[in-house]
Amino acid sequence: MFETRQAVIETKELGIGYTLKGGKQKLVHGGLNLRLYAGEVTCLLGLNGAGKSTLLRTLCGFQKALAGEIYLQGKRLDLFSSLDFSLAVGVVLTEKTNAGGITAYELVSFGRHPYTGFFGRLREEDHRVIQEALESAGIAHKAHNRVAELSDGEKQKVMIAKALAQQCPIILLDEPTAFLDVTSRIETMVLLRKLAVEQNKAILLSTHDMDMAIQMGDCFWLLDKERSVKCGIPEDLILNGTFGSFFEKDGILFDPTTGKLNVEVPTDCIGVEGDFITSYWVGNALLRNGYRPADVHKDRIHVVCNSPADLRINYPSGQEETAKTVFEVIQLIKTKDK
Amino acid sequence: MVFTRNKSYVYVLLTALLVVLFVISLVYGSVSIPLGEVWNILTGQDAERAAWGHILLQSRLPQSCTAILAGAALAGSGLLLQTLFKNPLAGPSILGITDGANLGVAAVMLYFGGSFGQMTGLAINAYLTIVLAAFVGASAVLGVIIFFSTKVKSNVILLIIGIMVGYLVSSVISILNYYASADKVHAFVMWGLGNFSGVSREQLPYFALFSLSGLFIALLLIKPLNALLLGEMYAANLGVKIKRTRFLILFCTGLLAASVTAFCGPISFIGLAVPHIARLMLGSSNHNSLLPVTLIAGSCVALLCTILMVVPGSNTILPLNAVTPLLGAPVIIYVLLNRKSIQYFN
Repeated sequence: MFETRQAVIETKELGIGYTLKGGKQKLVHGGLNLRLYAGEVTCLLGLNGAGKSTLLRTLCGFQKALAGEIYLQGKRLDLFSSLDFSLAVGVVLTEKTNAGGITAYELVSFGRHPYTGFFGRLREEDHRVIQEALESAGIAHKAHNRVAELSDGEKQKVMIAKALAQQCPIILLDEPTAFLDVTSRIETMVLLRKLAVEQNKAILLSTHDMDMAIQMGDCFWLLDKERSVKCGIPEDLILNGTFGSFFEKDGILFDPTTGKLNVEVPTDCIGVEGDFITSYWVGNALLRNGYRPADVHKDRIHVVCNSPADLRINYPSGQEETAKTVFEVIQLIKTKDK
Repeated sequence: MVFTRNKSYVYVLLTALLVVLFVISLVYGSVSIPLGEVWNILTGQDAERAAWGHILLQSRLPQSCTAILAGAALAGSGLLLQTLFKNPLAGPSILGITDGANLGVAAVMLYFGGSFGQMTGLAINAYLTIVLAAFVGASAVLGVIIFFSTKVKSNVILLIIGIMVGYLVSSVISILNYYASADKVHAFVMWGLGNFSGVSREQLPYFALFSLSGLFIALLLIKPLNALLLGEMYAANLGVKIKRTRFLILFCTGLLAASVTAFCGPISFIGLAVPHIARLMLGSSNHNSLLPVTLIAGSCVALLCTILMVVPGSNTILPLNAVTPLLGAPVIIYVLLNRKSIQYFN
């Protein structure tokens, strides 16, 4: 099964980092052996300073590798001319652009630069590709709006459409969801998944958006300052504890049951039982207030959730109180606790 | 904005305006020459008064042609700088490039003998020397600005550094002035007021050669300029060779600013304001149309300035640099006040 995956980027003992003043090199990561596959969305995750941007910039050719080699479709990166490279890799960056005064269509048409002649005149074929790119990115209806008139999410789609117009098999994106609202974030990720699946693009994106990455990522590259990179599908990395270990810090824990980072789980247990959704959210409220939802036990308080409006608190003494909202439950437990 | 989408409209309008202004600039001046007479003189027939023929052919025609070329050159160099530095307030005079050219000219004029006026009859070498000196001065300042542009990220700070460099260069010029002889200083000061009429008919071909080569290079840069709207990293990813392109843009800017400064003196505001006028008219910052429109608009504005220099009903001619701010400064103030609603700012 694994043989069917086709690696379009492969790094061999790659070393990334900076060249400081005086020619000294600061290695951020060494010995990277990574593979980026076609038809997959790969998410680059790590805390700030883990080297995500450095890795992306190195793969984009903006920064020189300090050691080792990068192969794009089997050919060494340093053998690519800037034109060949622009046909192989399209990028979407966080760089501030000055493109407010041109239309979305014109911006996407710049993606045809590697294909057009000296003056950038667009042929019929180019117009067709631009139109297709706009449609694939779901932004064709705004094609003739100026970029300044678009929302951040729409701008991001236009940039992705630009990368599509480049017709390259690889798209690298630097935090494509960073400045977007929640719906635009989902739209962007859904779009990237669609492009990977339908157009067999290899997509690599850096992100801090863990929920979205777990939902949409086919593959994770986990980065940390101190350790070597870990790769794998999200589920495996979560289940074997690797994922958590990359993000856990003092007081912050990864909860594999919810797939979320959380404050350290309190030890004060309160039993919760009953209706699934109600108990889930009662548990959420308990956690936030310093209690740990747990199984029902005769020695501890427990909450019976019959329905969102019918909540009963049972005390070890046998006393029972009723509450109509989760708010009341928390208030009652807090007063009792004091 | 009136002409938002239909771009051919702008070309037609501007070209018509250019022709009208050109004709007015030939007819109107401290001495008025009737339109019919202008036609007669230009078509080689005898004029009613012999002096008219002389004024038109030796003074007005070269001046109008100079204005057309210089306006386009200044506006073009302003646009290139604004795109390269991603800064709508960049311009050859703001960034001290004109001052650099000025210094080169000052060095030649004050120390190696005289202005163009005293050099008439000399071969292309003389013009070449002054243009070359201006170019070296402009390039030196450009080099300093580029150096700082890699150090500071903020555009505002870069502009202020440009202004400071301009002051520094001006102070060197003052020192040169201080040690130069009075007649040379006078010639230099007169030149410093800016003038499209300083280029004689014999000098015009040389000026045309330098400025048109600069404009030609500018037109070849349209595609990379567009890519640079997205920023250098995006441009690099689109196959633009950044270092080479940056060098070409700066070379072109230097050549344009230096040739205008060498022949016409330091001229403010046209390079800064005209690209904005062009963007506002087009409603677009796509260089495919923006660059040609900027060049034509630059010619129009320069012609308009030469017309406004003539104080009506008198023989007085105002200095060029007294007029350009009257047209340029309000445009910049308008643009700054409306930057939130002007799309190319966002």
